[in-house]
Formats: sequence, structure tokens, C-alpha cells
Amino acid sequence: MKPADMSLSPDPGHGGAVEIAERVHWIGAFDPWLRNFDLVLRTERGTSYNAYVVRGNRGVAVIDTVKAAFSDEFFRRLESVAQYEEIQAIVLNHLEPDHTGALPELLRRAPNARLYLSARAKPMLKGLLHADSLPVTPVITGDTVDLGGRSLSFLTTPCLHWPDTQCTWLEDAGVLFSGDAFGSHVCDARLFDDAVGDFRRDFDYYFAHLMRPFKAHVREALDLIDPLPIRTLAPAHGPVLRETPQYYLRRYRQLAGPAEQPEGRLKRLHVFYLSAYGSTRAMAGVLAAGAESSGLHVSLHDLETCAPDLLIDLVEEADAIAIGSPTINGDAVKPVWDLLSSLNAIELRGKFGAAFGAFGWSGEAVPLIEERLRGLKLRIPLPGVRARLIPTPEELAACRRLGVELAKHLTGKADHRVIDMATLA
Amino acid sequence: MPKANVTFQDVGITVSVPAGTRLIEVSEKIGAGITYGCREGECCTCLTEVVSGYEHLAAPSVLEDQVLKDNLAPRHHRLACQAQVLKGDVIVKPA
Ligand SMILES: Cc1cc2nc3c(=O)[nH]c(=O)nc-3n(C[C@H](O)[C@H](O)[C@H](O)COP(=O)(O)O)c2cc1C
Ligand code: FES
Ligand SMILES: [Fe+2]
Ligand SMILES: [Fe+2]
Repeated sequence: MKPADMSLSPDPGHGGAVEIAERVHWIGAFDPWLRNFDLVLRTERGTSYNAYVVRGNRGVAVIDTVKAAFSDEFFRRLESVAQYEEIQAIVLNHLEPDHTGALPELLRRAPNARLYLSARAKPMLKGLLHADSLPVTPVITGDTVDLGGRSLSFLTTPCLHWPDTQCTWLEDAGVLFSGDAFGSHVCDARLFDDAVGDFRRDFDYYFAHLMRPFKAHVREALDLIDPLPIRTLAPAHGPVLRETPQYYLRRYRQLAGPAEQPEGRLKRLHVFYLSAYGSTRAMAGVLAAGAESSGLHVSLHDLETCAPDLLIDLVEEADAIAIGSPTINGDAVKPVWDLLSSLNAIELRGKFGAAFGAFGWSGEAVPLIEERLRGLKLRIPLPGVRARLIPTPEELAACRRLGVELAKHLTGKADHRVIDMATLA
Repeated sequence: MPKANVTFQDVGITVSVPAGTRLIEVSEKIGAGITYGCREGECCTCLTEVVSGYEHLAAPSVLEDQVLKDNLAPRHHRLACQAQVLKGDVIVKPA
């Protein structure tokens, strides 16, 4: 039995290639039963691995391949439109195995092929093929490969969603082969955006899990892509976007933000804490008050009761976060780790962080949180504050100072400090 | 021992360091905004702008040069996990 969307159409091209533009064919593979992708997304509608063939007067280019288990389907479609000897170029828009699984076999079969990939992919290629002498040309924005009468040009668009991602542009046909960007995990044999069922939710969900951590890179890529007269967006997963390619470009603009910042908006601090007996709560309160008195917009959240789904949205738009946890059995408590383990879905670089918490005898929570915040690439310019059991007035004052100093860092008013390396722990 | 001064502009801290210290050895301890991935000069996560005193850093290795080039790094940028401070005053900030 096939999933509903797959049964609506027989295999396109009857197992062969499907033309998507003049002398451009789709030669991908369908994976209707995949239910989880890259360990980070649900794929209840399966997915497809889109690969393409572009024919020029002199030779043929293959753009991306498929996941290894789907190689037979890929080669069957490829053979229906090209001979292996004709393949002059193999373009890899990134090296992830869902698009490079059939590459080793393709290299064996295509004796005249050169690989075209981004400069950042080149050192990674060794990890994929374990070979030293490969016919590879690293390319950057503006480089082209001539297929005879038409040529492919490359756009270096890193981090959509791997460091080595790039897009490939076929000007005469107006086709942008965008790699994972503009993809959706939808397995629908009707293939084109105007033919498949509604997949807007899948498109947005895919963005939220693969592209959201790299919003700034998405915006830079869109700046490169927007001027192109695109007639077809040909991504590496899901529908080929030929009816309204501009809609999907605009949608990425919306999804990639940045969130609107009213003129003169105060810098935002979110304080997240938990407290069994009120000590860490008291610390959170004075820290927040200190930060507010020094010009920050401050919000306090008790992690025991607030809905976890909304938290990463808050952190995404925050300029700083402070996290408070008591030490319980030598660790910070689980809701803190749940929050911290969900933050790799957003951009964190440049944000400030701080930790605080009450403890009884060993106090591991604060240094563990600080270490994790550092690992997440936040800036931690100020040492965390701990208080034993019930905070003393001095300990509360230290917490308040942490808020004040954090505010100074955020507003560029921190005192310049001069220290000797020997004094650093 | 010969000393040098490195200023991490984003957090407003100047650290006096022994000659030969790598930026990575200091920046994390003071909570500067330079971030690290591989820590081995390959991933370019730690790309850092050298605002002044570029000439007081040890010259980049062939590998670092290549990584900077592959990542289209602008002039006067270095990998903080690789760059060693030799002398004088150096000012850096995250790229
Ligand atoms: C969505 C996604 C994100 C990744 N992010 C990173 C990363 O930030 N750093 C890294 O070194 N590797 C990253 N990788 C690469 C994987 O670690 C690599 O493909 C690994 O070989 C996968 O191992 P597995 O076969 O056990 O899943 C990422 C892979 C995926 C799928
Ligand atoms: S941390 Fe990877 S290059 Fe420096
Ligand atoms: Fe990918
Ligand atoms: Fe993919």
C-alpha cells in the first residue's frame, strides 16, 4: 500500500526521467516511508531526493545524486536521458549523504566527469570518499562550467544548512538548483508545486528545523538569489517549484526575519529560573531588578510552569538570557537542560548569557550551566553567582550587581578592564 | 618573559599575555564573543577581525591561509584557535 499522495499518480516518467525545463530532467528518487529525517524532523509524508540532469551541446551535467539505498532508481532515470560517457560535470550542492549516496558508483560509471563543489566542501570530500586524487574543481560565486551552448554558474550560499552548501544557476532556462534550500519533505509523484497537494505547512516546517538556525545566512543567500530571473526553483527535496517560484523566495524572506526592531527598543533580557524553596527565585528577582534599573527590558519566567514550546521563540529575540537553577543531586534540574538542549534550533551567536542559583554543599549547577552556555556560543563575560541555602543580603547584592553589569555589557557601557593572564583560572 | 597585550573589543577587556599565547587560550576564559568549533583550524567558526596590531601576530600557516581563503575571509582576519600573539598591542573582535 502506498501513502495517499503517492497513489494519486503513477511513477512519473514511468521510472525514467521527467523534463522540468528545456533539456533539463529530474532524475530523483521517492522515499515514501521515511518518518524521521536527520534525527531532527518528522517526515510523516516521506520525502524525495531530487537530482537533475542538464544537457548542453557538448556534454551533460548531473546535479546531486540520491541516498545510497535509492541508487538503482536514480541510475535507471539517469540512463533514460544520458549515457555515462557524456557526463562532463557532477555538481554537488552539498555533501550530505542523502544527496551523495550514489556518488561513488556514479564516479565509477562516468569516466569523464569532474566534480564541482564549493571550496568548503573540498576538505570534507575526503571524509566522504576516502580517496586522495579526485577530479575536483572547487567553485565560488561567479564561477561557471560550460556545457556547450549553455553554462552553469555557481552561487556560494554557505550554511543552508551545511557549511558547504551552494546553489547552481542555469541562466538560459531560468532554473536555480538550490540544494536543500526551498525544499520540503513531501513525497508526491505529481512532482510539481502546481500539481501536488497543499504542502505549505511542510515547507514552513522544513524551514523551521533545517534553516532556522542559520537565518542570517539565509538572508545573505536571498540577496544573491533575488536578482536572478528565476522561472523554476529546483530544490533537493519535495516539489519542483515552477508555478510561483517568487512566492517561495518571499516566504523565505519572511521566515528568515529579522524580527522587526522598533527604533530605540531597549535590549531584552529573559531570566529563566526554577526554585524549590524560593532561594533561586529571590536571586532571579533581584538580578532582574538590577538589570531593569540599568536600562534593560526584562522578563522573568519560572521554568516549572511556562510552556516550553514558546521559550525558544523568546530566546531567539532576546539579547541576553540569564538562567537560574538550584543544584539538585549535583546538577542543574531537567527543565533547564530541556531548554538548553532545544536552543541549537536558533541563532545564538552574539547573545549574552549568565547563570545563578542557590545550593547546599557542592553547587555544580551554575558552572555546568555556564559551560553549556559557552558551548552554545553565547558570551559569558561575568562569573555566575551562587548562594548557599538562604541567600544573605550580600549574596543578593551580588545577584543584583550581575544584572547591572550584564546591562552595562549589553548597552556598551561596561568598564574597560585590564588584567594579567596569570590571574585567569 | 616577553609580554604582549590583547584587547577583546566586544567585552572591553585587555589581557597581558606571554608571547606566543594563542587567542583561544584567553578569549574563552574572559567570555569574549569569539566562538569555537573544531579548535583545529579547519571549520572557520572562530574567524576574528584583527582591528589593529595585525603585524604583531605570528604569520598564518599554509593550512590557516587556505581555510581563510576558502571561507572568503576579508583582510586582517585570522582564526582565533590558531593565531599567536607575539608582541605589542593587538585589538580583536569577533568577525
Ligand atoms: C542536520 C545536520 C546537522 C549537522 N551539523 C553538524 C555540525 O554542526 N558539526 C559537525 O561537525 N557535523 C554536523 N553534521 C554532520 C554529521 O555529524 C555527520 O554527517 C555524521 O557523519 C553523521 O553520523 P551518523 O551517520 O552517525 O548519523 C550535521 C549533520 C546533519 C544531518
Ligand atoms: S575553531 Fe575551527 S577553525 Fe578555529
Ligand atoms: Fe542536507
Ligand atoms: Fe537534503
